Amino acid sequence: MVFRNLDVTAKAGDAYAIIGPNGAGKTTFLRCVAGLLAPASGSVTLEGGDGERSVGEQCHYIGHLNGIKPALSVLENLQFYCRFLGGDGDIQLVAERLALSELEDIPAAYLSAGQKRRLGLARLLCAHRPLWLLDEPAVSLDQASQDILAQIVADHMRGGGIVLAVTHTPLGWETAETLDFGRLVLEETEDAVL
Amino acid sequence: MNPFLSLISRDLRLARRQGGAVMTALGFYLVIVATLPLGLGPDLNLLSRIAPGVLWVALLLSSLLSADRMFHDDYEDGSLEIIALGPIPLELVALGKAVAHWITVGIPLLLLAPLLALLLNMNESAYLPLIATLIAGTPAVSFVAGIGAALTVGMRKGGLLLPLLILPLYIPVLIFAVSAVDAVVTGPGSFTAPFLILCALTLAAIVLSPLATAAALRLNLS
Repeated sequence: MVFRNLDVTAKAGDAYAIIGPNGAGKTTFLRCVAGLLAPASGSVTLEGGDGERSVGEQCHYIGHLNGIKPALSVLENLQFYCRFLGGDGDIQLVAERLALSELEDIPAAYLSAGQKRRLGLARLLCAHRPLWLLDEPAVSLDQASQDILAQIVADHMRGGGIVLAVTHTPLGWETAETLDFGRLVLEETEDAVL
Repeated sequence: MNPFLSLISRDLRLARRQGGAVMTALGFYLVIVATLPLGLGPDLNLLSRIAPGVLWVALLLSSLLSADRMFHDDYEDGSLEIIALGPIPLELVALGKAVAHWITVGIPLLLLAPLLALLLNMNESAYLPLIATLIAGTPAVSFVAGIGAALTVGMRKGGLLLPLLILPLYIPVLIFAVSAVDAVVTGPGSFTAPFLILCALTLAAIVLSPLATAAALRLNLS
């Protein structure tokens, strides 16, 4: 049992920064919300979402791995995610937003760690999802890229989206509330309502 | 383009760009079939009699070489999680992956087989039945391989375990494919009956194996 009696409610426009020591269950929590792990008990609901689709289908989950194909170019990687996730976004604009325009035709294998992370994050803009689950989104990003990320997250929240981000370093986002897994006194209900 | 087709087209593009998997499979196929006569001796009658069986067994072994990569790369780089959370169910993902595997590995092997038949002095009358059984049977090979690939996806040495899991499942396909070809060349019996059973096996594999593959993937992702 990693955690019990956890009750989190996030409203539209909320951002949570999830902090805590290594092994506290932060990633496990995100994977539970995404539906990649089944909780032993309790449930995750997205009120006002599409009842016929799972929470996982209505979220973007950015894990430790970026999910990009080294053999495909930056643009081809973006193209695949736009098509697969059913997005109608303009991939040129997405690439521009993440400062990847100049790298469009380069195979992803040649990108640096930070550029790969930016390409992974670009998925957030490929298709609209109300819920964003970010696991250490800012890892290996430089200051300029962190600012871009903060901007994208702010836009998402302004549009009524929800962001849950696991982090070890302060992200510098405006209105993020903090959920500290290190000192959670977990004695309440079992449902995590989103 | 819908999600299902975009997944297949991405896999085809990756296979074209990397090319390693199919060349390994084709090379392995060629090597098995070319070395076998050296071991058996230069008895042309023997070789032509066993040619259909040899070509089928070698094809099964060659296709297994690339089978473990079906989900492995996606698992390693994190794409599999994203695909699992995507808009299409995992069963359809499994179907698309198997289709892509058949197009990138199954079809090249199928095209190489008649050429290798020349090396074994296969009876002329066996060519058409052999090609027919290959077309009907190789989709089952790719679909069943998907189950093994999904079961071993998280394992470091999964490629070694995969043949043990999957080869027994190939036995019905092998038996009916070879007996259909043999019926034409040596008789007795008809080509139609075993061939239709082979087709039924393939159809069953197409319907059932995505379910098993998706279940195995869910197990390995959680």
